[in-house]
Amino acid sequence: MKAGVVVFPGSNCDHDCYHVLKHVLGVDTVFLWHKDTDLQGVDLVVLPGGFSYGDYLRCGAIAKFSPIVSEIVDFANNGGRVLGICNGFQVLTETGLLPGALMRNRDLKFICKYVNLRVDNSDTPFSRMYAAGEVVGIPVAHMDGNYFIDPEGLAKLEDNNQIVFRYCDENGECIPGTNPNGSLNNIAGIINENGNVLGMMPHPERSAEGVMETRDGYFLFESIIKAIGGAA
Amino acid sequence: MSVYESFNYPEVTYPIAKEMGLTEGEFEGAKNLIGRNPNYIELGIISSMYSEHCSYKSSRVHLAKFPTEAPWVVQGPGENAGVISVDDEGLCVCFKVESHNHPSFIEPFQGAATGVGGILRDVFTMGARPVAAMNSLRFGSLKSAKNRYIFEGVVEGISHYGNCFGVPTVGGEVYFNDCYNGNPLVNAFALGVVQKDRIFLAKAEGKGNPVIYVGAKTGRDGIHGATMASAEFDENSESKRPNVQIGDPFKEKLLLEACLELMKTDYIVGIQDMGAAGLTSSSFEMASKSGSGVRLDLDNVPVRENNMTPYEIMLSETQERMLMVAKKGYEDKVKEIFDKWDLDAVVIGEVTDDGYVRLTWDGEEVAALEAAPLADEAPKYNRPYSRPDSQDLLQKTVKTECPEDIQGVLLQLLANPTIASKRWVWEQYDHMVRVGTVQLPGSDAAVIRLNESDKGVAISSDCNSRYCYLNPYEGGKAAIAESARNVAVSGARPRAFTNCLNFGNTEKEAIMWQFATALEGICEAAKALNTPVVSGNVSLYNETEGTPIHPTPTIVMVGVIDDVTKRIGSYFIDSSSTVYLLGENTGHVGGSEYLASIHGKELGDAPAVDLVHEKAIIEFMCEAADQRLVNAAHDISEGGLAVALAEMTFGAKEIGVTVKLESELAADALLFGENHGRVILEVSNVNAAAVEKLAEKHELPISRIGRTLSDRIEISADGRKLIDIKVKDAEDIWKNSIGKIMK
Repeated sequence: MKAGVVVFPGSNCDHDCYHVLKHVLGVDTVFLWHKDTDLQGVDLVVLPGGFSYGDYLRCGAIAKFSPIVSEIVDFANNGGRVLGICNGFQVLTETGLLPGALMRNRDLKFICKYVNLRVDNSDTPFSRMYAAGEVVGIPVAHMDGNYFIDPEGLAKLEDNNQIVFRYCDENGECIPGTNPNGSLNNIAGIINENGNVLGMMPHPERSAEGVMETRDGYFLFESIIKAIGGAA
Repeated sequence: MSVYESFNYPEVTYPIAKEMGLTEGEFEGAKNLIGRNPNYIELGIISSMYSEHCSYKSSRVHLAKFPTEAPWVVQGPGENAGVISVDDEGLCVCFKVESHNHPSFIEPFQGAATGVGGILRDVFTMGARPVAAMNSLRFGSLKSAKNRYIFEGVVEGISHYGNCFGVPTVGGEVYFNDCYNGNPLVNAFALGVVQKDRIFLAKAEGKGNPVIYVGAKTGRDGIHGATMASAEFDENSESKRPNVQIGDPFKEKLLLEACLELMKTDYIVGIQDMGAAGLTSSSFEMASKSGSGVRLDLDNVPVRENNMTPYEIMLSETQERMLMVAKKGYEDKVKEIFDKWDLDAVVIGEVTDDGYVRLTWDGEEVAALEAAPLADEAPKYNRPYSRPDSQDLLQKTVKTECPEDIQGVLLQLLANPTIASKRWVWEQYDHMVRVGTVQLPGSDAAVIRLNESDKGVAISSDCNSRYCYLNPYEGGKAAIAESARNVAVSGARPRAFTNCLNFGNTEKEAIMWQFATALEGICEAAKALNTPVVSGNVSLYNETEGTPIHPTPTIVMVGVIDDVTKRIGSYFIDSSSTVYLLGENTGHVGGSEYLASIHGKELGDAPAVDLVHEKAIIEFMCEAADQRLVNAAHDISEGGLAVALAEMTFGAKEIGVTVKLESELAADALLFGENHGRVILEVSNVNAAAVEKLAEKHELPISRIGRTLSDRIEISADGRKLIDIKVKDAEDIWKNSIGKIMK
C-alpha cells in the first residue's frame, strides 16, 4: 500500500499525517504538491488539516481549484480512497465529493480539545477496527467545524448510515452539551455513498501513539491498511 | 535638483529630532558621531537605532551581569534567538521571548498576533523549525469591560496567528492585576528545533554578494513602531493605531517553508528578520556584525503602496519580511525556491567593504551612515537609582484575621481568574499540531517531544510580579526558581532561560531601582541553578499617565528530558497513593494571592527563596523522574497548599484527596501561605520508601500528608476539618470561572 499526503500552501498537519502513516504504521508515504497533477500511484490520498491558501475566503474554497484536487476528484470517482481531516474535510465538501458544508463554530471561537466520538458505522474501510457504538477520544482543532446540510440531505445521510462519527459523552450519548461546534445531529465525520471518501473534523493523527493522551486514532489508520491490503 | 531634494523632506533641526524621540544630547552626539548634520532619512534611522527598543540604552549596563555560558549553550544573547544542545548528536533547540505590550494595548488582536509572528521569525531565521509557542499575558481586572475587550482580543490574535502558522501554543501564564489596567503585557515565546551544524546567523559577508529581500511587500504600517514602544502612554496613545502592524500568518507560513527549504542548500551566507525598525535595524546589524558594509537600492524594494519614500521604506515595520545575503551567482536558485512558495525574492543591493550602509534611489545616493558606530555605540546610560522610602511601608508585616469559613476562601481563590483554569484561553489555541505536545496545557510545564524521538524539552513561563513589586530582589530570584521548579517537577532538567524584562520608566530612580534590584536577584538565582540566559528583550516605559506596572521580569525556562515517557504531570492519576509534601510550610502570607484577593492588601514582604534548597529539589525531581518514582508532582505557588492540592484533583480521572496536617500555624497561613520550595507528590505505595530515601539523600524535608481517595477534597489540620467538598463541585468553579466572566 502507498499513501499520499497533499501539501497545499498553508497545510500544517501534513507532516503529522506523514509521520503517523510512515513512522507509526510503516506505510510507504509520499507528499503530493498542490501544483502537481501526478498522484504517484497512491492507494490512499490524505487531505490534511491546516489553512489551505490561508483560508482567507472560505475554508477549502481555493484549494478546490488547485491542480492536484481535480486529479483527486477523478481518483475518488474511480473508487480511490480519500481521507479528509479538518481542513481536508472542508476541501471535500467544497469539491462536492461529500455533501453539506462546514460553517463557523457556534461560539465563533477556535476550539482545540479532546472530544468523545461515537463510531456509528464501523462497516467502512476507515472504521472497521472499531466496534459499532464504541466511544473513542480524539481531539478537534478548528474554527469552522459546524456541519450543516439541508433536511433532505441529512435524512439521506442518516438513512444510508453515512454518519461515521458523532460527538458524544463518555457513555456514547449524543446530547447537546457534547457538541463542540453546533454541528447538525452531532456530526463529526461522514462518508460518501460509495464508501470510499471520508471527511472528519477530529484529528486521528494526533492520538495515534502511546505517548499521547489516547491511542484511539491509530485504529482509523489501521482500518485503512486492512481495507486496502485486503483489496490488493 | 538631486534625487534627495525631490522628496521635499524638511530641514533637520533639533525639534524634528525630538519629534522622532531623540533627546538633545543624543541628537548632538549623533551629529558628532557622523561629523555632520544628518539628513532627514538618516535622522529617522538614527532615532530608531537609538530607541530604547533597539539600543537597550538604559539596560545594557545591567544586562551584562547575566550569566550566559554553560557547556550546553550553543548560542547566547546577541543573535535573533538563543540555542542550547539537547543531546550529543547535534540536536538543539532555539528559543526566545519578546514583548509586544504597547501594540497590544492600542490594537489587541493585531498587536498580539504580530507579537507571535515576530518571535516565530526570530526562531526560524536561525534555521530552526518552530515546534512550540507560549505566552505570558497580564491584564487589568476582568471587572472592567475595557480589560475584557483587551483580553479577548489578545487571545484571539494569538490564536489566529499561531493556529494558522501551524505552531502549537502549548501554554504560558495569564495574570490579572489592576496594575496592568492601562498597560497589558503580551510576551510571546517560541521554540524551534535545529541541528547544530545548520544554525544560521545574521551575517553580511563577502564583498559583492547580493542582498536579497524576501517575503511580504513593504507598506506604510508600523513606521516608527520601535520609537512608540519606547515612550510612556498618555490619553492620545490610541491615535497611534496606524503604528501597529498587520499580521498575515499564511504569508509567514510560506516564508517559513521557503526559508527552511533554502537553508538546506548552501546558497546563503546570512539571514536576518526584519523586526522592530524593519529594514533599518536588519541592514545595520548585519553589516556591523560582519564588519562589512551594505548598499541598498531602495527603489527596488517591493512595495504595496504608491509613492513610498526612502524614509518610509527604511522605517516600515511591515511583517513577514526577511533580509538575506546569498552567495554571488546563486540569485536565481534562491528565487526559484521562493517562486515555488509564491513569494517575492528581489535583489535590492550588495555587500560592500567600506563599513557603510549606503542607500540609493534611481542610482543616486540619498543617505550614508557608518554601520558599526550606530549599531554598537548607541547611547548607554547608567541611570541613577535609589530605593524609595515608601518601600518600607509596603514590606511591613501585615496582620490578618483568620476567616472562619476556610472552605469559602478556597472556593473564592479557585474562582479568582489568576488561579482559575485557563482552559478558556488555551482551548482557543491549537496546542496539539505537530504531534509533539506530550504534556497538554494545564500542567506545571509543557513537555514537547522533538523530531519524533523520545527526547524532549519542558518549558515553563513564570513571574509573580507582586513579589517583584514588594521585594524586587527576592521576586527576581523567585521568577527563576519557580520556572526551574516547574520544569523539574515535570521531569526535565532546567538548562537555560530567556527573559522579557517588563518595567516602568527607568528614567525615574525608583523604577530604575526595581530594575537593577530584580536583575540582581535573577542573576544570583540563575548562577546558583546553573541556568544561563540565552536570549531575551527589555520593555520599558510600561506606564500609563504616570502609573507604572509592577516590575515583571518574565522568565521562560527550558529544560531537557531524555525520554518523554518519563515526564510527570500535575494531576493525580491513581487512588490509594501516598501524598507527600516536599519542603515545609512556613505560613508566609505577605505578597500572597490570598492576602491580595481576600483581604485586598498588596502588602508584606515577598517570600524569600533558599537557592540551596531549590537546587536540591531540582536534583531530587530529576532522579525521581528518571527512576519513575512519582505519579504526579505539583509546585505550590499562588493560592498556597490548599489550591495546589485541589488543582491536583482536577485531572481527567477526578481522584480525590484526604490530607491531615499538623501545624502550629493559623489555618489561613497554613493553607494559603506562599513560601517557596514546596512540591506535592503523588507516589504509589510501592515507591514510597524509595522516595523518602531520595529526599533524605538530598537533605530535603518530606512528610506524608495524606492519600488519594474517593471523589472528595478533605483537608484537616490538628484534627479540625477545614475543607470537605466534592471534587466535581470545586472543579466546576475553577474550570468555568473565566468562561463565565467572558460570556
